[in-house]
Amino acid sequence: MERNELIQQLKEQIIKQLNLVDKKPEDIGDDDPLFVEGLGLDSIDALELIVLLQQEYNIKLNNAEEGQSIFRSVSTMADYILERQAGSAN
Amino acid sequence: MHITSFCKIRNHKVWRNEELIYERKTEGTDILQDMYDQLTLNYPKFFKMDDLCKLGTLAAHVLLHHLRLENYQPEDIGIVLSNSNASIEADVKYYESSKAYPSPALFVYTLPNIVIGEISIRYGCKGENAFFVSEQFDARLLHFYVMDLLRHQRIKACICGWSDVVNDTMEACLFFVEVGNHNGVNFTAENIDKYYKQDLNGKE
Repeated sequence: MERNELIQQLKEQIIKQLNLVDKKPEDIGDDDPLFVEGLGLDSIDALELIVLLQQEYNIKLNNAEEGQSIFRSVSTMADYILERQAGSAN
Repeated sequence: MHITSFCKIRNHKVWRNEELIYERKTEGTDILQDMYDQLTLNYPKFFKMDDLCKLGTLAAHVLLHHLRLENYQPEDIGIVLSNSNASIEADVKYYESSKAYPSPALFVYTLPNIVIGEISIRYGCKGENAFFVSEQFDARLLHFYVMDLLRHQRIKACICGWSDVVNDTMEACLFFVEVGNHNGVNFTAENIDKYYKQDLNGKE
């Protein structure tokens, strides 16, 4: 999947998984922070994002500490997914 | 001690101080979503809540919307709620989700007192709180407990009452009780029991 396509898909999945009924994919900038300012997600949402990675992309976080950089924005999530997928394809 | 505000949600209708302020017009609509829209709650976190918290948050909104709470410190307002089905709806949803991927967002609602937390966050209440589970609305227990808190000056006002959701049935009956405000009905077990049981249809 192309990076842009993945970013769009992630935005839709985040809205669905986190019940962000007042948001549309176009409201979320690719590099907008997901937590605090930006989308304003909280710690429970972070856990839901971990579930989303596992459920939709079969990716299990090896180290919870990584979460902070992976979930910084939709772009960083997409890069992480592409990196893991490339790693498992090799 | 006086009841200075009262909210009742039952049979797809909402009353504030015996005045009917909402009635579902169309069968089959999501009643909580429709109430959210019609009662102009405007609180996006609502959509993440389980049904018990949605109901409690809506009832608190109706109860407190017209009141001035600025005179109270956060520690002055307590919350004492009760119901008969605890958090059964969230428990079942979480159980079902856990067969595949347990959902943290569902898990956090698997306790009935979470509704107290949601109301506390929304209105900045930091006073004493408790949640009781009893087979039926227990006016005497509620009155005894709230009076004890008010008499011992642990709190100066209290949101108290009933909020219950099971299957497609939901019912809330909340009271705002104040020590220093005498504009209202006396806070007695008989009065809250009367309000809870009262059929308000005749008041429409």
